Amino acid sequence: MDRSSNQIIRVSDLSKCYRIGLSLKNHPTIREAIMDRVKNPIRNLAGLKKLARFGLGRSPDDQEDIIWALKNLSLEVNEGEVLGIIGRNGAGKTTLLKILSRITEPTSGEVEIHGRLASLLEVGTGFHPELTGRENIFLNGAILGMHRKEIKEKFGEIIRFAEIEKFIDTPIKHYSSGMYVRLAFAVAAHLEPEILLVDEVLAVGDIAFQEKCLGKMQGIAKGGRTVLFISHNMGAIRSLCQNAIWLDNGQIVKKGPANEVVRDYEEQQLNRFHESTYVIKRGPEEIKKLKFYVSRVEMLNAQGEHNTMFRYGENIILIVDFDGEILEGNFSPEFRIYNELGQLVSTGAAGPYHGIYFSHKVKRVKIEIGPLILTSGKYKISFSIMTGGTRSDTWDSAIGFTLVECQPFAKSWEIATYAEGACVIGQSFSEVK
Amino acid sequence: MRENDGKSIIIRRSRGWIPINWRDLYEYRELLYFLTWRDLKVKYKQTLLGAAWAVLQPLFMMFMFTIFFGRMAKVPSDGVPYPIFSYSGLILWTYFAGALSMSSNSLVGGSHLISKIYFPRLLMPTASTLAGLVDYLIALGVMVFLMIWYHFPPSPGLLVLPLVVFCGFLAATGVGLWLSAMNVEYRDIRFVIPFLIQLWLFATPVIYPVTMLPEKYRWLLALNPMSGVIEAHRACILGHKPIDWISLEISFAIILLIFITGLYYFKRMEKTFADVI
Repeated sequence: MDRSSNQIIRVSDLSKCYRIGLSLKNHPTIREAIMDRVKNPIRNLAGLKKLARFGLGRSPDDQEDIIWALKNLSLEVNEGEVLGIIGRNGAGKTTLLKILSRITEPTSGEVEIHGRLASLLEVGTGFHPELTGRENIFLNGAILGMHRKEIKEKFGEIIRFAEIEKFIDTPIKHYSSGMYVRLAFAVAAHLEPEILLVDEVLAVGDIAFQEKCLGKMQGIAKGGRTVLFISHNMGAIRSLCQNAIWLDNGQIVKKGPANEVVRDYEEQQLNRFHESTYVIKRGPEEIKKLKFYVSRVEMLNAQGEHNTMFRYGENIILIVDFDGEILEGNFSPEFRIYNELGQLVSTGAAGPYHGIYFSHKVKRVKIEIGPLILTSGKYKISFSIMTGGTRSDTWDSAIGFTLVECQPFAKSWEIATYAEGACVIGQSFSEVK
Repeated sequence: MRENDGKSIIIRRSRGWIPINWRDLYEYRELLYFLTWRDLKVKYKQTLLGAAWAVLQPLFMMFMFTIFFGRMAKVPSDGVPYPIFSYSGLILWTYFAGALSMSSNSLVGGSHLISKIYFPRLLMPTASTLAGLVDYLIALGVMVFLMIWYHFPPSPGLLVLPLVVFCGFLAATGVGLWLSAMNVEYRDIRFVIPFLIQLWLFATPVIYPVTMLPEKYRWLLALNPMSGVIEAHRACILGHKPIDWISLEISFAIILLIFITGLYYFKRMEKTFADVI
């Protein structure tokens, strides 16, 4: 036996290829497209047959219409481990979960799983709009692999979690989308398998419910169960998972402690989107009706380099441009910072706070913010202009930044917005004798 | 030793003959119940008449065929009044036709389930044919009234009825397995099914008796497994003639063949469902 005693999932050399139907010809008109289809049933047959064949192509010709969703991926997961899976769209994250949950077969390679496994690729799988909330709980529970007895026992808990007691006997087609999602997540959250696979399902519902879901996930993660968790929410990955893997093009780019993997991934992401994130110009549509407005904003770090990712304690420099004409007097630029929960965390205002008013001839202003005592997460900054006591322009969510590595105290503890508040206040603990 | 607790699985590309995973089917038995229950619940939602449709469908067909075949074309009916003759065939036929078309569309109709969650796919076409049985039972209830109306005493052949209905179920499921799996790859099946059912109705002695055919062509009917089943169904309800065991046995053998090959075909195609659907 070559596996250690607590290894619960072993993936070895796993590959999966998909055949993407090659478009045979381009048809300028619908009529020609239809005629071609009708005239060529034999070729249609060949095309359809090909789609269902997942073997390795024999001729090089055959290779051009296949894509490798996973390529020679190997991975071990230990019992009780909470593993985050990150990567951009199309990296192979969902394909991996689909193979692990036996929805689809690998092209080659092997997976060993030692335990009862449940997967959650979306919430509300199998919900039927005509059925009532109660009926859907039973149906969805059974689809997720719960037994009737188990569902009955947890029924009360599920409807309480979903907050839909009053509507439990209403067909769910009459539910608001929020209620639908709450019910769907509530059923899923009460699954109790040994291994749980979760695709991006937390990005649903309103903020309060999202927090509740994350709380529930945290409970599951800390309850000693093995969880594989796909998310684009890096804060959630950081706080829920000990370890993470970063997938790209069906291969593992990096695996290790969640903090490190997420940090490297975010750094790479930042480079990818460089141009679009640190200089934002306002769209022509928006400024059409405005007399005097913020036209452009640029984000830099303290060293004067373009950046949108900052560590706890660093400073942000904003270069803000103004355009249009002001009729009289001076103006005061202002900014507001919102966190990912949509809360206003801080406001800056030149006039009221600092007594600084710029003449209407000024076209560019530098704003320095910091040191940042914010928790890790995503932020948006809005700008406005006050002229003579009235707000003449507001540019909402003009530019965004990400706060990373908010670890002012313990080096291993990431303080994240959604779980631990908007900012970090200095603190000390000591025993009183 | 976790290896031997029956919970460990190995996932790899399957080749050739894939055996049926009985443990899985047992594990998911409650899902079969819930899928069947869902099909039943949803079927008559937001209809005015609800489950009455289970009766109205064969009843309307009975009236139609009684007028056109019984009265106008003077189709013989083995000495039984034509309405009760046709109804006793139509209820099983309506079940078969409905179950077949529901079952054939079950996979494509449930594509969101197939691409998002694992469960034994066999449950889907099976749940559809199971759900139809409830409609059949309701329609059978009306048969009782018709028999009282036409003064037909219940015959001892009724004891065989469950067996005959099981043959119908097996036939619908067997063909359903074939067509549902083919439908995933070739959506043409969706268009073929209505024609297939219509043609099959006329090739089966539902609305005419076998005796209407010349003796030398009757063997052709034996190739159609539903003919033996429908004839036996009628004979065991009405008792107007003895059950033709030989043709029932032939039918059963063909149905079994269709079912087993259907199972084989289904299992072979199953692994690609999530990718193709």
